[in-house]
Amino acid sequence: MTIAGLYNYWIVILLMMTGFYVVISSGNLVKKIIGLNLFQASVFILYISIGKIANGHVPILQDGVSHYSNPLPHVLILTAIVVGVSTTALGLALVVRIRESYGSVEEEEIHRQDESL
Amino acid sequence: MIDNPVLRIIAKIIIPMILLFALYVQFHGDFGPGGGFQAGVIFAAGFILYGLVFGTESLRSAVPPAVLRLLIAVGLALFAGVGVITMLAGSDYLAYNALSEDPIAGQHLGILVVEFGVGVTVSAVMITIFLAFAGRNDP
Amino acid sequence: MINGQLPALQVVVPLIAAALCLVLSRPGAAWLITFAASVVSMLVSLLMLEEVLQSGVIDYAFGGWAAPFGIAYRVDIVNAYVLMIVSTISTVVSVFARVSVASEIETHNQGFFYTAWLLCLTGLLGIAITGDAFNLFVFLEISSLSSYVLIAMGSDRRALTAAYQYLIMGTIGATFILIGVGLLYALTGTLNMLDLAARLPEVADSRTARTGFAFLTVGLGLKIALFPLHLWLPNAYAYAPSAVSAFLAATATKVAVYVLLRFVFSVFGVEFALGAMPLALGLAVLGSIAVLSASTVAIFQQNLKRMLAYSSVAQVGYLALGVSLATPAGLTATLLHLFNHALMKGALFVALGCIAWRIGSSRLEDFAGLGYRMPWTMGVFVVGGLSLIGIPLTAGFISKWYLVLAALDKGWWPVTVVIIAGSLLAVIYIWRVVESAYLADPPAQTAKAEAPASMLIPAWLLAIANLYFGSHTDLSVGIAARAAAGLFGAAP
Repeated sequence: MTIAGLYNYWIVILLMMTGFYVVISSGNLVKKIIGLNLFQASVFILYISIGKIANGHVPILQDGVSHYSNPLPHVLILTAIVVGVSTTALGLALVVRIRESYGSVEEEEIHRQDESL
Repeated sequence: MIDNPVLRIIAKIIIPMILLFALYVQFHGDFGPGGGFQAGVIFAAGFILYGLVFGTESLRSAVPPAVLRLLIAVGLALFAGVGVITMLAGSDYLAYNALSEDPIAGQHLGILVVEFGVGVTVSAVMITIFLAFAGRNDP
Repeated sequence: MINGQLPALQVVVPLIAAALCLVLSRPGAAWLITFAASVVSMLVSLLMLEEVLQSGVIDYAFGGWAAPFGIAYRVDIVNAYVLMIVSTISTVVSVFARVSVASEIETHNQGFFYTAWLLCLTGLLGIAITGDAFNLFVFLEISSLSSYVLIAMGSDRRALTAAYQYLIMGTIGATFILIGVGLLYALTGTLNMLDLAARLPEVADSRTARTGFAFLTVGLGLKIALFPLHLWLPNAYAYAPSAVSAFLAATATKVAVYVLLRFVFSVFGVEFALGAMPLALGLAVLGSIAVLSASTVAIFQQNLKRMLAYSSVAQVGYLALGVSLATPAGLTATLLHLFNHALMKGALFVALGCIAWRIGSSRLEDFAGLGYRMPWTMGVFVVGGLSLIGIPLTAGFISKWYLVLAALDKGWWPVTVVIIAGSLLAVIYIWRVVESAYLADPPAQTAKAEAPASMLIPAWLLAIANLYFGSHTDLSVGIAARAAAGLFGAAP
């Protein structure tokens, strides 16, 4: 396989690094969660790439088909997506509460307020 | 937003179709792509659209939060309950074969009930999340 | 019949109880369900521990699908031991929780609180019992998500930021674990741990295996709060409700350490994990730094919950040191410390919870004269503190003794020095509290005002356990040694 033939894995790495960078560098609590979502999405693509089998067919039993794609990674990722949605919802809920009690979603501002307490 | 006739009429046409499609995805999950997770989210999408167009107050009166909470628990109980029944039938947890004389019928019945439980919980959770965010500043 | 179903019941009982709790959201009913479910889990885990000790590994196939295809639970001594720790701590702390939670959390949220508690218990028990790598990730997320909720319920607004920080770091850790599991799956085509262990040696010398191992260990390092990935822990424990601090401090990181042990010893095997990969050196260095730096930072904390949280980071360092020795003796010490640390941190956090309930503070300056106002509670704190330091006749001494012996056996005398230095630092931070409580000038009001019996009894149970396991070591050391031998022996 050539380097270009592995393009989906390059996308995984690009998304992973982008998401991770956003989580670390951004001081905005909402943007951090967006970064976290990107980071998780890259893992979903990684898993789905693993499930691909050359010339594989949709994994539903059919006559005259002998090669099926591996459905297991898809199922696993369905679970991981549910986990991701829950994490995002919980994270955003926390941000709403933080915004209500601090009046800001910027990390610096929150630290400034806590030190003054 | 309720004053906009286009939104209102389109929503009224489209919501029943969304719900119907959700039921299709739910119950066709035995034979093709589909299942409780997807169906639950689609089903909830119908209600969320209703909430977006007609306001969270109307949605809250259509599905009161107490009912949603009950549904979350009921879905979970359906899932866990099937497992407990198979255990009581002397088999392992979630071993659907024990549900019926015929193992294949047992598998069908088991997966149908379990997926239905998943669908109920997922849709109730999604609507609850929507209400928690969008209805946060309601009186 | 019921005996064969124990592994499923272990997880299913708290899960169904969580659903019940959500419906019956009245605080009293919710507490009762939580307590009952914890007791049942404890009985189940004790029965399983006994069965495993008597007749070996228990296998359980979900849905009747045999091991490599379905999700299988596999209980050996290590699993049963960790399950016993988690469910016992949940039972004891839930007794304490009733009054504590009633005073710290608004009435309409208490039903949700106990639901989250039960889900967290489900997750922790699930992690400890499952034999499937992906199932482990799912349970890890169940316990993590519910623990973020539990922490965010703290009354201080900083609980929110602490929970948020934990959510971000915990999710990164869990996603790293997910990547690691994915790479292993890509390499071997299986998720069952036993199967993985059988297939990995052939392909161990590949970049994928090494990358997967790296992702797994870093992700677990975050969950364990191994230095320098511990930044989420102090705030999370400091601002969580008292009962949650006690529960999580005694169980959450322990279960994560168990997962590390499971992957290092059972899945990858000692030769690969601690031989071919430089994990032993990494754990030894990071563990030493954790012990020294976190203990030092703990000395300067004014908030005592935060002080104990830093001390937890230091204790994780001891656990890591035990693993890094890569000998059965070192592993025995780690497993022993897992149990003993749960006992001492449980006792200390419960005692702080009693104090917070009475005086509404856990800051050092408010502790003056507390030794006379709350003699029984401070008694628990002193016993827990002595155990934390490692004074003979307490549980903490036993595990440190075994750790020192294991290190000397291996000839790693610098590790011995680190352990003893850590204990000396612990003397300083515990002494500050004792000095303030017994020797400082008490404030004008010195009438006795104890915590209620429902809080004192669990506190004293934990304190007495610290003393009991400090002098009767047959049970704890025996099980830990057998578990360590099991991990070093054949696959899981």
